Amino acid sequence: MEPLQPAGCDCAKPAVCQATVKNKVQWRKATILGLISLGVWFFVYNQLEPISSYLTYSLLSIKKGSHLGDAVQFFAYDTPKVMMLLTLIVFIIGVIRSFFTQERTRKYLAGRRESAGNVMAAVLGIVTPFCSCSAVPLFIGFVQAGVPLGVTFSFLVAAPMVNEIALVLLYGLLGWKVAALYLVTGLLIAMVSGWVIGRMKLETWIEDWVQELRAGEAIIFEEKLTWHDRINNGVEAVRDIVGKVWMYVVAGIAVGAFIHGYVPEDFMASIMGRDAWWSVPAAVAVGIPMYSNAAGIVPVVEALLGKGAALGTVLAFMMAVIALSLPEMIILRKVLKPKLIAVFIVVVGTGIMFTGYLFNAIV
Amino acid sequence: MEIKVCGPGCASCEKTQKVVEAALAAKGIEAAVLKVKDFQEIAKLGVFSTPAVVVNGQVKCVGRVPKQSEVEGWIG
Repeated sequence: MEPLQPAGCDCAKPAVCQATVKNKVQWRKATILGLISLGVWFFVYNQLEPISSYLTYSLLSIKKGSHLGDAVQFFAYDTPKVMMLLTLIVFIIGVIRSFFTQERTRKYLAGRRESAGNVMAAVLGIVTPFCSCSAVPLFIGFVQAGVPLGVTFSFLVAAPMVNEIALVLLYGLLGWKVAALYLVTGLLIAMVSGWVIGRMKLETWIEDWVQELRAGEAIIFEEKLTWHDRINNGVEAVRDIVGKVWMYVVAGIAVGAFIHGYVPEDFMASIMGRDAWWSVPAAVAVGIPMYSNAAGIVPVVEALLGKGAALGTVLAFMMAVIALSLPEMIILRKVLKPKLIAVFIVVVGTGIMFTGYLFNAIV
Repeated sequence: MEIKVCGPGCASCEKTQKVVEAALAAKGIEAAVLKVKDFQEIAKLGVFSTPAVVVNGQVKCVGRVPKQSEVEGWIG
């Protein structure tokens, strides 16, 4: 490649100058490589359906329309489809997340007023890197930095519930409308329940040691990242997340495939259909203590829907499973008094239930 | 030298522990690697996202698993 002329770069220090040019070259290389990969990705993605049909009905010569054929084709089509979508989105989110750190989010939310703060916390909950085991230090950090309690809760609800894996799977298996509904209602629940908790003025229900804690000055690293680093971040995310969840996805789709092929069409209608009014609270009550990540639950959700379960009931179930879980409550118990945990569960659970009824009524 | 790895013991914290140990082995340095699991203690260090690595009382990284080459730089 020809050496680039540092044309629009009239900085005094040659070292800085060179770094900028290098960054530009990297950026250009990455763009070209990215576009090519995206093209290949789309080409392969579009071939998945014919390939899965060919594999099932011609190569394995299973009869079309048979239970086994339905199940096998479902599995052979959905598994690579979901894995490809997952890889693409996790990569993109991985790159986006390199712009956000918990430190930056905390600084941004500190001193925010409620309402606007709740909205921002919920949105930042999607893009800020978060795992449930870091919920406690994050909570302490937020409290210490003066982020209002309700705003902190908005973040804590949105971060696990509205995540890229859930959205990809919903999109891949149920279409963009359901994914969009999930995104919007998930954010709304996080905003509203955080706001409600904030209104209740429950600051005294935080464990005393958290408030008395004379924590050290928060240490903030402002790391200068190049595009190379950000792309590496995306690749790392794919390796980490896809490497971890693929088994759940495959197992989930296998269960889904079985239900798809063998369970009679209206089997779920009587239990999880929209006429069974009690099914929404029951789904939430069953979902709260359950602990599964989105990867495992969505394929099951799809299969349930296919068998006559109502959308609202199923979404409520899914939200309850991934937003509220027993392990997270146990970990939060270290910083929250039991009363506050109970309020948290009741408020968020009510929001989820309300969403369930709403969808059952309008869809 | 005293090295602390802060974190409640999740997967990333375990990974960080391994990276630190590998870095020590690669450099041939003997040092105590302390696991700090208590949130109160972690917060006192000024660390609010885990995992974090502290070398001789100085916080070197927070909220991510460091690379082995980075750790070698901190201890070398």
